[in-house]
Amino acid sequence: MNIRLSKVFERCKREGHAALVGYLTAGDPDIATSRELLHALADQTDILEIGMPFSDPMADGPVIQAASERALEAGVHIGDVFSLTRSVRETHPDLGIVLMGYANVPYAMGFEMFAENAQDAGADAVLIVDIPPEEGHICDAALKKHNLDRILLLSPTSTDERIRLASENGSGFIYYVSLTGITGADMGDINLIRNKVTHIQSMSDMPVCVGFGVKTPEQATQVAQFADGVVVGSHFVSRISEAKDNDAILATLIDSASQMRKAVTSVSTAATA
Amino acid sequence: MNASFQHTDFASMYDLEIKHPPDAGGHFGRFGGRFAAETLMQPLKEIEEAFFDAWNDDAFHAERLQLLENYVGRATPLYHAERLSRRIGGAQIYLKREDLTHTGAHKINNTIGQGLLARRMGKKRVIAETGAGQHGVATATVAAMFGMDCDIYMGREDIARQMPNVLRMRLLGANVIPVDSGTATLKDAVNEALRNWVASCENTFYIFGTAAGPHPYPLLVRQFHTVIGQEARAQILKQAGRLPDVAVACVGGGSNAMGLLHPFRDDESVRLVAVEAAGYGLSTGKHAASLAAGKAGILHGNLTFLLEDEEGQVTGTHSISAGLDYPGVGPELAFMLEEGRLQLDAATDDEALEALQLLTRSEGIIPALESSHALAAGARIAKTMHSNQIVLINLSGRGDKDMNTVFKHLGWLENES
Repeated sequence: MNIRLSKVFERCKREGHAALVGYLTAGDPDIATSRELLHALADQTDILEIGMPFSDPMADGPVIQAASERALEAGVHIGDVFSLTRSVRETHPDLGIVLMGYANVPYAMGFEMFAENAQDAGADAVLIVDIPPEEGHICDAALKKHNLDRILLLSPTSTDERIRLASENGSGFIYYVSLTGITGADMGDINLIRNKVTHIQSMSDMPVCVGFGVKTPEQATQVAQFADGVVVGSHFVSRISEAKDNDAILATLIDSASQMRKAVTSVSTAATA
Repeated sequence: MNASFQHTDFASMYDLEIKHPPDAGGHFGRFGGRFAAETLMQPLKEIEEAFFDAWNDDAFHAERLQLLENYVGRATPLYHAERLSRRIGGAQIYLKREDLTHTGAHKINNTIGQGLLARRMGKKRVIAETGAGQHGVATATVAAMFGMDCDIYMGREDIARQMPNVLRMRLLGANVIPVDSGTATLKDAVNEALRNWVASCENTFYIFGTAAGPHPYPLLVRQFHTVIGQEARAQILKQAGRLPDVAVACVGGGSNAMGLLHPFRDDESVRLVAVEAAGYGLSTGKHAASLAAGKAGILHGNLTFLLEDEEGQVTGTHSISAGLDYPGVGPELAFMLEEGRLQLDAATDDEALEALQLLTRSEGIIPALESSHALAAGARIAKTMHSNQIVLINLSGRGDKDMNTVFKHLGWLENES
């Protein structure tokens, strides 16, 4: 396990709250604005997920699809994703950083070169939506060599066999997809999520972060009561499309992020941990 | 088997052994696999298990083959196109007449199979992507027959150029859902269908239209279409007394190509030719020839050849034929190409249009624009051969749906675009 990510979860546990994990697509809406937004979100989160834009984001809802399209239209290249990552790392030495995206971008570069660049830029982990444990043979060795955790997903459809598979093949944390659907959809029944997350926690030593569908501070507070981390993605990304100019984006993102921060840290996990 | 067949030898024509299967993970060499989101991994495994369970069940095949005979109209004829052959002046051309199936294209072979699987799994709703609309129509048809709800995802661009098929789907009771994301063509329709399926997999079966996608779809679609090649093989042996020298099929994702070519894979004397859409020409970059001009990549659940830029962003494609307008290709075709078993050819938009007219005028058969690509390349190959040799071409669909496109290109209709 990458040391920085494990330290993030140790620190959160010590402070008695769940980790706040924030997502933005790199280069959305343009590289310069994206740098400011990523830095602002990094200030408020324990772990930052930096999305690598892709032409065919099959697991994403309209909000993150549009973010990918804006970034690609702005001419964002994979090299820009690495330099944005590096820029955040320089000012945030303790932040956990996860590069998130789809298989074809790292595959086109070659996983060895991709992992080398990601490590060099300061990333701690990689989450590839469409590489399940069964297909890890194409990337696992390269990620391991470059000390990158491989974040695997679990979902409501994951059987015990799949929970074991993710525990054995993943590292860093488990990303639990709270709903059967795409990013930004409506969060499901909190009790079902709690039951599944508690079950996964009982089967795995890894921290479990819950994402997809967390849009309000109230939901974040609910999830923070039992999860080791709360992932907020589409809600932050939607600040970009809804604001009227770049200054407004930054202001509303900072506002949203600090509300989410408050929501997550307001819950003491000391009793449930 | 106890179903009633009109021809007693009908069912015995088919070999139900699964030849050249992928490995347990669905890999054909380095291609294929199951590159899917976690939520879909369990549903895909369930389809895989249901498929193998069904394939080993005589009752499943009895019902499937009975429907193929009495509903679809199989076996489709193998037609010796003598006038066309003389006109080209080379090998004898035989056409496998998939255009004569119910709904007018080979696609129904697969939707019957997957529809039966869906019913077997207790799913009440089916979804599908479609490009030219042929797979959408075939899916809507089966949904109507089995009494299932049906949503078809179709790029807005394709809806505009294939309106007759859109209306047919509506008439059959399906919802046609326009897709505006990305390039608004087939690949985006697949993305949208996948997004819906992630949210609905509990009650919904995704009837995938081509021999691509995550395991088990490439295997499943191939198996349901091998009736084409198995029939053709038996028919040519009967009619000509020997195997063809060349077998030719067009390739978008690869369903009709796998259907015709796969049963000849072990016949070493038969050259297998896959014809891709060269659009405005391979050198223009505006085409859909992923085998000829693509590189290995991962999209829609499988590792295969893709048209993409140097950073792995999937690029838009161009073909006059909506059914070939796809930036990927089935993983088994990619494997057969690397293995050296498959030969590549390509036909431009113009060549396909010419071939369409040539067949229409010489034989009175109006082929689909997709199939016209196979005809164009097949005719070119036949011309270099001797008159006692045989070229077998898959006439995968009929041309009715393409008449607007063709008339516009011929200048018979005012060009609106």
